[in-house]
Amino acid sequence: MKIVGLSGSKVGSKTRTAMDYTVKIIKDKYPDIEVTLIDLAEYDVQFSDGRNYLEYEGDTGYVTKTIMEADAIIIGTPVFQASIPATLKNIFDLLPEKAFLDKIVGMFVTAGSPKHYLMVDQQLKPILSYMKAQLVQTYVFIEEKDFHRKEIVNDDVLFRIDRLVEDTVVLTKTFTEIRKAKEADYGF
Amino acid sequence: MEKYRIDPSQGMEFGLYTLGDHIPDPHTGERISAEQRIHEIIELAQLAEQAGIDFFSVGESHQEYFTTQAHSVVLAAIAQATEKIKIASSSTIISTSDPVRVFEDFATIDLISKGRAELIAGRASRIGLFDLLGYNVRDYEELFEEKFELLLKIAKEEVVNWSGQFRAPLKNAEVIPRPKNGTIPIWRAVGGPPASAIKAGYAGVPMFIATLGGPATSFKYSIDAYREAAKQNGFDPSELPISTAGFFYAAETTQQAQKEIYPHVNQGLQLINGRGYPKQQFAQGADTRDVMNVGSTQQIIEKILYQHEQFGHQRYIAQMDFGGVPFDKLKKNIELIGTEILPAIKKYTAKN
Repeated sequence: MKIVGLSGSKVGSKTRTAMDYTVKIIKDKYPDIEVTLIDLAEYDVQFSDGRNYLEYEGDTGYVTKTIMEADAIIIGTPVFQASIPATLKNIFDLLPEKAFLDKIVGMFVTAGSPKHYLMVDQQLKPILSYMKAQLVQTYVFIEEKDFHRKEIVNDDVLFRIDRLVEDTVVLTKTFTEIRKAKEADYGF
Repeated sequence: MEKYRIDPSQGMEFGLYTLGDHIPDPHTGERISAEQRIHEIIELAQLAEQAGIDFFSVGESHQEYFTTQAHSVVLAAIAQATEKIKIASSSTIISTSDPVRVFEDFATIDLISKGRAELIAGRASRIGLFDLLGYNVRDYEELFEEKFELLLKIAKEEVVNWSGQFRAPLKNAEVIPRPKNGTIPIWRAVGGPPASAIKAGYAGVPMFIATLGGPATSFKYSIDAYREAAKQNGFDPSELPISTAGFFYAAETTQQAQKEIYPHVNQGLQLINGRGYPKQQFAQGADTRDVMNVGSTQQIIEKILYQHEQFGHQRYIAQMDFGGVPFDKLKKNIELIGTEILPAIKKYTAKN
C-alpha cells in the first residue's frame, strides 16, 4: 500500500507539523506501508495549463505522478480566506477529472480559530467527491491553541490523528479487497 | 452525401482506424519494433480491403508509445498497397501543421490511390506536440479554427487569397497538385461533448465523433446538436455525413472478448493518458446500450444497429489494435467482421 501525505500550503508551519506527526504514526504503526510526504512548500509547482499530468516535468511532474500512484492520500490543509489555499487547489487542477477513483482520501485542517469549521465539508469534500475519491468522512480539525513551538500539545488532537491514520488504512484495505473481489467476478 | 463519396443506399459504411500506437503486449511485456508495427498497419489495411471493409485510417500522435507521427507517409504506402478501400487520417492535427503542406500531401495520396483519400482534421487530445513543433498551447483553439478554415478554403478554391494570424498570407496561390476529382472529403474530428460538435455543425462540415464508451444516448445529444447547428446556419443536415469512432473487439463470447482485450485497453490508456479503463465501466460497456463495441459478433451487431438507430450515422470506424494487440488476433477480428458483422450491418442498414 502506498500513502501520500500532502501538506497543502507554502505558508506557516502548523500543517507541516501535523503532517510530520501523521507520517510518523503511519511509519511506526504500519512499517509495510510505503509513505511519501509531499510538502508543497518544498516544491516549485507550476499552475495547471490543461495538459495531461504525464506531460509535466520537474517538480510538477514528480508531485502529480506520485499522487496518481498512491492508494491513499492524507491531505493536510490550512484555512486561507475562508477556503483551501490556492497551492492545494492547483494540485487538483493539475490532475485528471477522475484522478481519485479507487483511492482513499483522509483529511486534517489547521486553523487559527474554529470560525471556518465547516470549510472542509462545504469546500474540500465536494472537490474530492467530484474527483471520485472514497472519503474518510471524519477529519481532524486542529486549532492554533493546539500547537506550541511546532509541536502538537493537545493529546486529544494526537489521539484523533491516530484514529484518522487507522481509519484511512482500514478503509483502504477493505475497499481495495472488496473492489478486487468484485473485479474478479467480472470474469475478464 | 455524394460530395463526400457516401451512398447511403448501400448501407452504413464500416471502417477500421488506428492511432498508430506502439505499446507493449501486456500479456508478454514485449513490444514489437516500430518497423514491424508500421508494416503490420499496412498489412492490416490490405486485409481490411480483402474482407470488404469500406475504410481505413491512421492517426497522428507525437509522443512516446506512438509510431505513425508521419501518418501521411504511412497512408501513402497504404494507398500503393491497396486498390479500393477508402483511406484517411484519424486525425491530422491541423493546428500544428501548415494547411498548404497538408493539402499537398493528401492531394498526392488521393492521386496515388486514384481518388480514395479523405482527411479528418483534429485538435489533438494530448498537447505535447505543441512544444515539440514550436506552438503555444494557449493558441490551442484559434490555431485549429484558423488553419482548418484555410484547409477548407484550399480544398474548395484552386486560387487562394488568404491572410491570418499564424501563417504568411497567400496571394493568388495555386495549391497543387489537385486531387483526382478536384477535391477530397474533409471532416472535423470531435470529442464527446456537444460544444465541439456544434462548431462542426456551424461550419457545415462532416463530423467524426469519438464514441469510446458510455451510453449511446449521451452521444446522441452531440449528434443532435451538430445537426441543429448546421440547420441554423443554413446547411442541410441530411447532406452532412456523420461517422462515429470507437473501441471494437470481437470473440466467440462477450466474456471472451472482454478477457482478451481489456488488458490491452487498460494498459494502453494507463501508458498514454496516465489512467486505465476502470473495470466497472468496461464491464458495463458490454450492455447493448453502451457504445463500446466489444463482445460476441452477435452482441456487436446488435450494438451497432442500436447505435445506428440512435444516431442515423453513415459510417462507423472501429479501433481494435489499441494497446499492443498481437497481429493474429487482429487477423481473426477482420475475419469475423468480413464474414459475420459486415454482411449483417449492410443488410439491415441498406436503404433498398
